[in-house]
Amino acid sequence: MAKVIVVTSGKGGVGKTTSAASIATGLAMRGQKTVVIDFDVGLRNLDLIMGCERRVVYDLVNVIQGEAGLNQAMIRDKRVENLFILPASQTRDKDALTQEGVKDVLGKLRQEFDFIICDSPAGIERGAQLAMHFADEAVVVTNPEVSSVRDSDRILGLLASKTQRAEEGSEPVREHLLITRYNPDRVTSGDMLTLDDIREILAIELLGLIPESEAVLSASNQGVPVIHESASDAGLAYLDTVSRLLGEEVPLRFHQTSKKGFLTRMFGGGGRR
Amino acid sequence: MKLLEFLKRERKKSASVAKERLQIIVAHQRSQRGQPDYMPMLEKELVEVIRRYVQIDDDAVQISLDSEDNCSVLELNVTLPKS
Repeated sequence: MAKVIVVTSGKGGVGKTTSAASIATGLAMRGQKTVVIDFDVGLRNLDLIMGCERRVVYDLVNVIQGEAGLNQAMIRDKRVENLFILPASQTRDKDALTQEGVKDVLGKLRQEFDFIICDSPAGIERGAQLAMHFADEAVVVTNPEVSSVRDSDRILGLLASKTQRAEEGSEPVREHLLITRYNPDRVTSGDMLTLDDIREILAIELLGLIPESEAVLSASNQGVPVIHESASDAGLAYLDTVSRLLGEEVPLRFHQTSKKGFLTRMFGGGGRR
Repeated sequence: MKLLEFLKRERKKSASVAKERLQIIVAHQRSQRGQPDYMPMLEKELVEVIRRYVQIDDDAVQISLDSEDNCSVLELNVTLPKS
């Protein structure tokens, strides 16, 4: 049975596209046939993060409006088998998406894929609501920062009221928390919300924790989803996240500050500030 | 320098301020969840109507909608100033 998972957050810039790209890649690496769809019509970026921007011919809007077939629009990933990208339109405006059209596309993809990852645009308007409407599960990407946490709570409200599952009164959308850009040093010094603070406030199950990492920017510079950087902390954290999404129990890592000697703690020196 | 910072570590850390603020705002957001979209407007207009007769503060009116088995109850709580 295919699963539709929306990656959403409310607030922009928290790591939705980075996370959608890495989660989709990770699922395909684990042998799951996966497609990742960019719902950010007008501001597409998933193609850049996936490194396939020069291979975009048709997009989601073309498919919905009948100007191209699904198989023409989907881009086969060059690094991982079983992985496809369905880009957003760059030129149309966001009203080009219709609920019926999205339903139709997702219905066809459900026949063919194990996982359908929907990369939501920021905000809580139409585009974001369409991205989440048909979801079975949701990954709520949150930074340890007040505005991101508040917006995540707003998104949880929408997931519980505006989705197809909510409207039909069937089993609610399963909500997962993914904390990104976590900096254990700043948490220890009391300048950043802790993992437990965020869990307590949002009260949803934790799927993963991605540390703030230099690997994320250098991966996006190169158009390689950071999960491929398996020597980096962020890459490993995304691998763990995907394992948990597949139902495995994996202990949390990268949430504690790296141990420093007594002298370093007292007088500093070389530590990342 | 580090030692000085350590000794000065008395004031409240910013993360705990953030947590307290979030707890309040999130509780408020959740109390409004599932309400019909017209509730904020209804509340505003009720305040205006009451003000034609009595001068009250913006936060003097509290309304809530509770669903029971086959009906909904609109509860209206108005605090009037001492006259």
